[in-house]
Amino acid sequence: MSINVNISHREDFPLLRDSNIVYLDNAATSQKPDCVIEAVEEFYHKHNANPLRGFYELAMLATEQLENSRTTVKEFINAKFEEEVIFTKGTTESINLIANSYGMNFLGEGDEILISIMEHHCNILPWQFVASKTGAVLKYLECDMDGLISDTAIEEAITDKTKIVAITQLSNVLGRENPIARITKTAHEHGAIVVMDAAQSVVHVKIDVQALDVDFMAFSGHKIMSPMGIGILYGKKELLNKMPPFLRGGEMIESVTRTDAVFAQLPYKFEAGTDNASGAVGLMAAINYINSIGMEYMHERTLMLTKMCFDAICKIPHIHIIGAKDSNNHNGIISFTIDNVHPHDVSQILSESNVCVRAGHHCAQPLCDFLGFKSCTRASFMFYNTQEDIDTFIKSLSGIRKMMGYGD
Amino acid sequence: METSNFYNEILTEHNIRPYHKHDMPDATFSLNGVNPSCGDDITLKLKVVDDVIEDASFIGDGCAISQASADIMADMVIGRSKEEALRLAEMFIRMIKGSVTNEEIDELEEAGALKDISHMPARVKCAVLGWHTLQEIFEKNEDANT
Repeated sequence: MSINVNISHREDFPLLRDSNIVYLDNAATSQKPDCVIEAVEEFYHKHNANPLRGFYELAMLATEQLENSRTTVKEFINAKFEEEVIFTKGTTESINLIANSYGMNFLGEGDEILISIMEHHCNILPWQFVASKTGAVLKYLECDMDGLISDTAIEEAITDKTKIVAITQLSNVLGRENPIARITKTAHEHGAIVVMDAAQSVVHVKIDVQALDVDFMAFSGHKIMSPMGIGILYGKKELLNKMPPFLRGGEMIESVTRTDAVFAQLPYKFEAGTDNASGAVGLMAAINYINSIGMEYMHERTLMLTKMCFDAICKIPHIHIIGAKDSNNHNGIISFTIDNVHPHDVSQILSESNVCVRAGHHCAQPLCDFLGFKSCTRASFMFYNTQEDIDTFIKSLSGIRKMMGYGD
Repeated sequence: METSNFYNEILTEHNIRPYHKHDMPDATFSLNGVNPSCGDDITLKLKVVDDVIEDASFIGDGCAISQASADIMADMVIGRSKEEALRLAEMFIRMIKGSVTNEEIDELEEAGALKDISHMPARVKCAVLGWHTLQEIFEKNEDANT
């Protein structure tokens, strides 16, 4: 696919269109295109009622919007059944749901939970909790300094004691894609289930839950241009069916007596309370937008921008990129350190040129410890970034050490 | 507020070549101060004799603002009484919150170079880390016989 760097997609995004912001914090959250903002507005203008309740026209319209979104997501991730798609408020809630409903009920003393060293805290803390309550043991699958998880590491780490493997498809610090299909195969041979955190990958990799054969998958809408506060949990139907509800209350029941309740069928068993229907509608619009642009095109363009930036950074002295040496393994994420300049100072100086980057430990402290740094600066790209964005970033980046009083 | 003006020579000098960033084996007080959200981590050491700060130093790491601010503070409190040091701490924190007079900024000497932090809410914690740790040492040891 040939990508023309001069074609700009900024015009689709009001925040970018109407400003000179150089937005390079896409791994934290993406900007929202007009079509998503308009879809949310239209829901409140024309379809607002409590979905899944009420027998009047408006309530049925709201329900239809919510269910249309579910169908759109099902197709987007290639799930087998619509009821395998559960709306949550984001990746964090999705993983907490799995940990609380599956982990707390199907794990016991001596069972092992395997997570990778590059997990975001949202895929660490729920498992630390499950381990502490059930007596299960939390183990770590380690990568090399380039972020690669080898076949040998996978074979050695997954044993018959392993019950859950929870792993990110794409590290939010390294940008490296993990060999999920390989991990799933080995895990299943040992009778373990696989939970895939797709928060970071969903915008870069075409997710096919059936091809990957993952048992659970979670992502947040806001990283793929939908509103904040809407996310997805995918789970295989046979697993979801045997799990108890996570949250209890309205909308997740068939009937309730003074002492007991019969829970609703999937997916509603896991959607207690009023769904974020406007968020779901926004998510549907975002997926439609992605489909209209083309996932492959978006990714190719992101890789091209990543490479341009990667090559330019490599020419600046005293800057060290974290992870793979090949920019194609970075998937839009370049984390780096600058000798003797703290990432918060880097971020503040870049901010003067309207460049937005993330500084800190990126909610992945175990990875930072493992790779031997306390914090770093991260620039992350999406297809709507431009060559000008990179030029502005690199120009500002090049002057930082001098501004901080160093001679070079 | 332009950052290029903000990272002035006083700040960068104290960050790159701190005078008081070293251990102090005969310290009478030592306290760790941390900003968990951003990773600034210092341990402040004081040698206090008869309520007078005879020496002050710090170790640790963090952003330029946290390091320079701690170094400037150490410079300022050496030779002062506990009460004077606490008065400066209170004044410095007020400066960072944006409610201080020009006379007070003058009295804060080099620490006055950090006054523009009052326009940078994200960096307030970095600037006050050393001073907060100083306050905490004296609050925790109010009854200590020094």
